Amino acid sequence: MNLNDLEMAETRVTAGETLVELGKTNEKIVVLGGDLSKSTHANKFGAAYPDRFYDFGPAEQNMVSVAAGLASSGKIPVVSTFAVFGSSRPYDQIRVGVSQSNLDVKIIVTHAGLITGQDGVSAQSIEDIAIMNALPNFNIIVPTDSVETRSAIKYAINTKGPFYIRLSRPPTPIIHQNDTFQFGKAESIRNGSDVTIVACGIMVIAALHAAHNLEKKGVSCRILNMSTIKPIDTEAILKAAKETKAIVTAEEHFINGGLSSIVAQVVSQNLPTPLESIAINRYAESGSPEELLEKYNLTDSDIENAVKKVISRKMK
Amino acid sequence: MTHNINIAELTEISKRIRKNILDMTHTAGSGHPGGSLSSVEILATLYFNIMDHKPENPKWNHRDKFILSKAHACPVLYATLSEAGYFPENELKTFRQINSRIQGHSHIKTPGVEMSGGSLGQGLSFGVGAAISAKLDNLKSKTFVLLGDGECDEGQIWEAAMSASHHKLNNLIAIVDRNQIQNDRFTDEVMTLEPFEDKWKAFGWKTLKVDGHSLGELIDAFNLAINQTKNPTVVIADTIKGKGVSFMENNPAFHGKSPDDQELFLALKEIDDA
Repeated sequence: MNLNDLEMAETRVTAGETLVELGKTNEKIVVLGGDLSKSTHANKFGAAYPDRFYDFGPAEQNMVSVAAGLASSGKIPVVSTFAVFGSSRPYDQIRVGVSQSNLDVKIIVTHAGLITGQDGVSAQSIEDIAIMNALPNFNIIVPTDSVETRSAIKYAINTKGPFYIRLSRPPTPIIHQNDTFQFGKAESIRNGSDVTIVACGIMVIAALHAAHNLEKKGVSCRILNMSTIKPIDTEAILKAAKETKAIVTAEEHFINGGLSSIVAQVVSQNLPTPLESIAINRYAESGSPEELLEKYNLTDSDIENAVKKVISRKMK
Repeated sequence: MTHNINIAELTEISKRIRKNILDMTHTAGSGHPGGSLSSVEILATLYFNIMDHKPENPKWNHRDKFILSKAHACPVLYATLSEAGYFPENELKTFRQINSRIQGHSHIKTPGVEMSGGSLGQGLSFGVGAAISAKLDNLKSKTFVLLGDGECDEGQIWEAAMSASHHKLNNLIAIVDRNQIQNDRFTDEVMTLEPFEDKWKAFGWKTLKVDGHSLGELIDAFNLAINQTKNPTVVIADTIKGKGVSFMENNPAFHGKSPDDQELFLALKEIDDA
């Protein structure tokens, strides 16, 4: 694929369209909105099936507990809002009402991470993977593009249990030509032997760019697209650790408790391996996505530097 | 489930539920007897006179649902469920013990328990979800949610109240156990709730006020509530915390403290003699 000439698409638009598509045949789907449905594109479902779309206003605690009540009555409720309002804001309702009861609630959030951009630090969900990963029973998917978004939503709707699906605001490159998503499986998106970059979400494309540049310098990078964060694909991580003997993680999330922590736990318990992390290390600020990624060290060249560093540690 | 059980029988059922609440909290050495004793007549009326349900088939699709939002008062729910036949009465002595199906706060692992609770304020929202689902499925089932008065300090109750009337859930009935006492002190000392009924009215609810220990008043109120055509209904039940045991009545100490051996002996005797 030509990395500089990829089509772009908004995963949140795909989410709205996929829900409409699934709602056609699955009457159990009920979508709940929190006064952000134009932005999340849940309004598409509301337009198609007005009797199965309920608005709760910006009252996310109520919305999540309502979803639990719907799920316990045999419905498949989809909570649609921004990442900050679908994770940390109603966390207790998710914990007691959804996770502890293992109910069939699907939380599909948009505007995750740093690249929600100019709205600033309150809107930038950089803690959600950590707090959702702390919940037994929950499944977490961070799709890397619109193709994967569609597959992930289809899988979540058709699978019993609570899901958290994390999407972005701006358009992101479409990496996949075909639907290759397998829940719970890392996708080996590029082969390589010197190091493995384990990435999720928008950092997969950054990893691809970094790997492309590094190849010219004689460094062979493997890339795992870790779209399923929970349950984590332990097998793929250990295979990579064994075969490439060095790992770099890359995520648009705070360094504590996210992909870096999860991968570090897997390798340290099984096969201690040098690991470097590309992640956010402090609260950010308003800015364009590009400016933020640059300032908070989430670029291709940051990954390249981390690769060089981890390989030097491997040599010792 | 046979319902429409008469008041004389409901009175006897209420006595047995009270005794089991005292027994199980005494055996456990902890638990919340005060707010359980105040809700006895409410649950007895619902489970034995008002609601359609099948203890032998707890997930029966057409059932009316009872949701205990004040989940710390689960002893009254467990005693009522075992009285109705959801599980054997001797299981009550496993309350709060390891490997038990009956947990310290109600959890869906218990047959007949609709919602896992324990963090206040979530049950009315859960009831909104159940009521919407019944409407979508064209079911006649009603959803009853029991709230504590202290629990109404939680902001989520009012989010749920607003959404229930907005979505015209006339199949949703909230009951507030207005026993005037919460964990630390009297409700008016902790956080003023009054004018309480006006608050519900302002949120678009039909309100009914009853003596929460009068089986007749509760039956009449619930029959009015289930025939509402437009709005959700709240039944504000004036109750006495610790009702039925003189030294527990109106005594904040028994919100979260179980009776010791001597207290249990005296309490059971009072209920038998009543």
